[in-house]
Amino acid sequence: MAPVVDETMLRELVPQVLSALIHRGADFATAEDAVQEALVEAVRHWPRQPPKDAKAWLISVAWKKFLDAVRSDAARRRREDIVHAEPAAIPAPATDDTLWLYMRCAHPALSPSSAVALTLRAVGGLTTGQIAQAYMVPERTMAQRITRAKRKLAGARFTEPGGVITVLKVLYLIFNEGYSGDVDLVVEAIRLMRQLAGLTHHPEAQGLLALMLLTTARRPARTAADGSLIPLPLQDRTLWDRSLISEGTAVLQRALSRDQLGEYQAQAAIAALHADAQTAQETDWIQILEWYDELVGLVSSPVARLNRAVARGHAESPGAGLAELDRLPDSLPRHSATAAYLHEMRGDLTEAARLYAQAATKASNLAERNHMLHQASRLNSRPS
Amino acid sequence: MAKYLLLKHYRGAPEAVNNVPMDQWAPEELSAHIQYMNDFADRLEHSGEYVDSQALAPDGVWVRSAGEGRPPVTDGPFAETKDLVAGWMIIDVDTYDRAVELAGELSAAPGAGGRAIHEWLELRPFLTDAPASTD
Repeated sequence: MAPVVDETMLRELVPQVLSALIHRGADFATAEDAVQEALVEAVRHWPRQPPKDAKAWLISVAWKKFLDAVRSDAARRRREDIVHAEPAAIPAPATDDTLWLYMRCAHPALSPSSAVALTLRAVGGLTTGQIAQAYMVPERTMAQRITRAKRKLAGARFTEPGGVITVLKVLYLIFNEGYSGDVDLVVEAIRLMRQLAGLTHHPEAQGLLALMLLTTARRPARTAADGSLIPLPLQDRTLWDRSLISEGTAVLQRALSRDQLGEYQAQAAIAALHADAQTAQETDWIQILEWYDELVGLVSSPVARLNRAVARGHAESPGAGLAELDRLPDSLPRHSATAAYLHEMRGDLTEAARLYAQAATKASNLAERNHMLHQASRLNSRPS
Repeated sequence: MAKYLLLKHYRGAPEAVNNVPMDQWAPEELSAHIQYMNDFADRLEHSGEYVDSQALAPDGVWVRSAGEGRPPVTDGPFAETKDLVAGWMIIDVDTYDRAVELAGELSAAPGAGGRAIHEWLELRPFLTDAPASTD
């Protein structure tokens, strides 16, 4: 069997190859297609004829593909006898091309789903088919989503409105989508986040990288063999990935030392405190509560406020947590689940069971719904 | 990015505004209706929001297991069944509001007299498999 091409290494080169084409004057949309075609060629030829310089090979093949596309496009236009005014080329920046590409793909003119798709393709180097599979939509639909995004960008003037923070939002969305099918979006998000964190000194980039690493460290303990959820207090902490935890903690400490707090750093700090506890009982809830105070001061996230109620429940008393919960609208997602948890902590098992059952009907995903049903069933079947 | 099901009913939905049974439409009204539905699906594919659509035959039966070693038993069809699904479309959209907007457009498909049907469509969110990574 022919050796398999290292696709991760190949994908690492994608933004550099794309930048090189844009530097030579190619437009973003055509260059991006050309890079994808060059990747296909690489996967086809490299097993038998490995290149001496992978990056140079890709640039040269992608440039040829780009010229082919431009020529056939020009020929088509001549045939159709249509004169188009060439759109003004987007000025390529002098430095930090890869960062520029990230920001371009996360442009605020794009909808979140378009920005996600374009980022995964143009800087992530995934194929349209892989992205379609990861998001469980037909490939044609995903192809159109990407084409439309590129068309929209061709019309949008590139200023720097969102900057790094918009890119972080897109990578956070990719990370949160998790795993489905062949493509592990958690791994892709971390790979892109590591690259981005090397390109910018923004402390929130370090913060999000730390959050991703610390969250992923718990992943092996988070689900049972049958796919069911294991809540944090019941997780087997020996399964947590210690090397990801120490890396995440180190990244977080560097970010915090800059003294420009943001939501990702605060969330990462909370994840680090959980990671630090040898057992659930040893969790430093007082400090976690302080970080939630910071977090709700930074963002008006309902999830953060619900989690803060849980933290208060542990740091002070279940009653204090419930009192805080009472001040939040019960239409919030996971309101019932949070209330159930705090009621169980306080020993109101009948009320907790009722609330768990209610939470099951409000869950937005199957694993959580089944988990809530199990919680209700566990309390309902206790010996009376 | 969330998937929604737009569910169309033969029976069981509240009454449509332009509520004339399809067999009483003029042929060109039927054609216009079918064209609208096809165009709608095409448009969603172009906007990158289309996932799937299927129509169902109205005849169905109930099936249940009869126990190990026995063939399943069937029953029906029951003419009086209150709720009868006619078909669906699955969309993948950025927001709930966008899902409502699209359901509204689909509901405005032309019917008798060339006027929009304004039928009621049921809009249901999908449950995803797993919670978000950071949950």
